[in-house]
Amino acid sequence: MSYPTEFKYTKDHEWARVEGTTVTVGITEHAQSALGDIVFVELPQPGRALRKGETFGVVESIKAVSDLYSPIDGTILEVNTSLAQDPSLINRSPHSDAWMVRMECPAIASADLMSASQYSEYVKSLQ
Amino acid sequence: MIDFGGWELPVQYTGLMDEHLACRSACGMFDVSHMGEFVLKGPGAEGFLNFAITNDISKLSNNQAMYSVLCHSTGGAVDDLVVYRFEKDHFLIVVNAANTEKDFEHFKVLEAKVGNRFGDFELTNESSKYTQIALQGRFAEKILQTLCDVSLADIKTYWFKKGHVLDGRTEAVLARTGYTGEDGFEIYVDWNEGPRLWRALLETGAPLGLKPCGLGARDTLRLEMKYPLYGHELDDHTHPLEAGLGWVTKLAKEDFVGKEAISLAKSQPPRRALVGFKMVSKGIPRQGYGLVTENGESIGIVTSGTHSPSLKTAIGVGYVRPTFAPVGSKIFVDIRGQRAEAEVVQTPFYRRDY
Repeated sequence: MSYPTEFKYTKDHEWARVEGTTVTVGITEHAQSALGDIVFVELPQPGRALRKGETFGVVESIKAVSDLYSPIDGTILEVNTSLAQDPSLINRSPHSDAWMVRMECPAIASADLMSASQYSEYVKSLQ
Repeated sequence: MIDFGGWELPVQYTGLMDEHLACRSACGMFDVSHMGEFVLKGPGAEGFLNFAITNDISKLSNNQAMYSVLCHSTGGAVDDLVVYRFEKDHFLIVVNAANTEKDFEHFKVLEAKVGNRFGDFELTNESSKYTQIALQGRFAEKILQTLCDVSLADIKTYWFKKGHVLDGRTEAVLARTGYTGEDGFEIYVDWNEGPRLWRALLETGAPLGLKPCGLGARDTLRLEMKYPLYGHELDDHTHPLEAGLGWVTKLAKEDFVGKEAISLAKSQPPRRALVGFKMVSKGIPRQGYGLVTENGESIGIVTSGTHSPSLKTAIGVGYVRPTFAPVGSKIFVDIRGQRAEAEVVQTPFYRRDY
């Protein structure tokens, strides 16, 4: 599996793409693969403030329920509403089309996230 | 791969959804070698086994199988199992993997208690000697027939035959049983022959759409049929009547372990009923989620739930207060603090069309 080098990663298998003070969040290729066929996703409303590590939603495969954790402090700007209609997009395109939320994050520098190579090593250590 | 009662088993091979639908539309193959197998032999075998379990095996013929529950004297279920009668004095008992040790111990304690009351018999745990492969789906018979020397069309549901597979020399028990709601077979061969049979079935079946299926699909397939799974719908504190297994609980039988307690429970208004429900609101019910009324009053608990690959909707099974058991009852599932509407429906959720 390959992980985009421009993303940052959490131990809970979210990715974060930082552009200025805007951060786009999704789950990783490893996460979708471990979950299997994703059939349900629950995401927050725009405007909600989140702390790093706070649960902001849920993805469910046929077999399992998995919480989504915010990689960073911030406020939800936008939610990918197409995922509710087609949760399997997360399986097909976890790193691009199936982004989950966009957040406004004033304090990105304080975030302690992994690089692509660190995350890749981390995933290997789990297997 | 996950650890399942000490066995390393795949949750999925190619994908749960894919595997589930392959079983429904063509054929699914499951390695269920983890199941426990006990052999019971001797003149006292039938009497002892009929005393131990809830169903009545005295009416079984040779080459016939029967589903039953094994109960504590409290009426709570030790396990559910399938009995195969080879001869009047020779039975195979197939139990859930996770319960193998517990069940064997239960039988041994019972054996010590009843002594020679039914005559001599010998019970042995032979779980490690068998490979069990379940071949399930509309093409199961066609696929298996090319690899065995008995006429499978002559085997009725819940009957079996001894025969040979592969090169014609490998002994096998071919049983028309299963846990998916499809037609199909469960095949028992010597442990050492398992991989060879698996590969042969895969090769023969692949052109017809056969796919190997993991534990995930096994669970969703059985759930669409509302077949109970021990640890979900059945446990040590659940008696067979409330689990909907009155049809394998023969209270007219002279005596069996748990009869008194189950009869007493039957004479009283039921505490709860096992129902199947479909979600009306969004969300997927999961084991342990609360079942509530519109006002949030607790009426029961979810025992199993999933997104049904065949129905393309979320379904669940759970225990409710009997007033909420009729089909059409409106119930709610407490999904992470939100009340999601559901409706009690007819089960099984799925019926095969052939």
